[in-house]
Amino acid sequence: MKKIGMITFIMVMLMSFTTLSGYQPGDKATDFKLKSVDGKMYSMSDYKEAKGFIVVFTCNHCPFAVKYEDRVIELAKKYQSKGYVLLAINPNDPTVVPDDSFEKMKERAKEKGFTFPYLMDEGQKIFPQYGATKTPHVFLLDKNLIVKYIGAIDDNVDDAAAVKVKYLENAIADLEKGKDPTVATTKAIGCSIKVKK
Amino acid sequence: MRKGVFLFFLFSFLFCLTAKGQDLISFKTYDELETYIKENTSKPLVINFWATWCAPCVKELPYFEKLNTENDKVKVIMVSLDFEKQLDSKLKPFLAKKKFTFTSLYLADKNYNNWLPKVDKNWSGSIPATLIINQDKKFFVEQDFSDYEELNAFVNQIVTK
Repeated sequence: MKKIGMITFIMVMLMSFTTLSGYQPGDKATDFKLKSVDGKMYSMSDYKEAKGFIVVFTCNHCPFAVKYEDRVIELAKKYQSKGYVLLAINPNDPTVVPDDSFEKMKERAKEKGFTFPYLMDEGQKIFPQYGATKTPHVFLLDKNLIVKYIGAIDDNVDDAAAVKVKYLENAIADLEKGKDPTVATTKAIGCSIKVKK
Repeated sequence: MRKGVFLFFLFSFLFCLTAKGQDLISFKTYDELETYIKENTSKPLVINFWATWCAPCVKELPYFEKLNTENDKVKVIMVSLDFEKQLDSKLKPFLAKKKFTFTSLYLADKNYNNWLPKVDKNWSGSIPATLIINQDKKFFVEQDFSDYEELNAFVNQIVTK
């Protein structure tokens, strides 16, 4: 009995570590070289002029992520003119979720007219480093790849028109003023990132 | 004739009784849900957060149903986080069809940033997620269970301590 208690304790500890790992605001994010739906490889270092990066872990299959799709498309357009680069990364293992395969990503990007790279986290090496746990999960980085904001896009998944607080846009506005975001992390529901068991 | 009408009503009544699962109780805010939970702690509670749009959540519903019927040490409460627009079109028909015996709650509160940390400060927000309340102790896991045995063993470890 005591042994089981110990095992539970270790399990709980390990789980808390998993949730705590990954970036916190202020950490320097790793760059990556990932393939987009256009067949080209993308890295943040390709964008010499960028003022910052909006890295969105998202995917095809998750209804919660789909609810935010149009908002992600709008954000990419709106902030491109301000010098920010939006990069979407699909972190899921397509052998677990066939809807998130590279072919299906291409289809979706074409259907929705994505104007930003939609990257495949081939080998699932990037999302654990960032500490992404779900889709959608947003990381805002400044031009030196310092993490400035982690969390949700806004506070209403059901209805873009009923949003009260635009967390991500507020964080970018703070960066524009040359200060750290007042709200640097937020929590939201999402689909767990799919890995082989 | 009158006997026929009577029998018709009797059968309809019996049919309603057997066909009915637990009623769905809705909460506008997390605080209302918390009050409800605090009023229902006669047994250790296994509270699972799920949604019909979440495939791994739907997959493990039968395990939680079995836990509710077979493990009499605990009471199972399932909290749906479905989209508001799918409450009538998806969630309610789904529950009506499945006739689960566990308690079904719907939480409409979309201000996740406000209430997620109240469930557990380390909850990143992915579902399924399960909270076990045993008297004044809370255990939280952000994971799915691969079968009933795994879930039952996990719950037993916590509530029999």
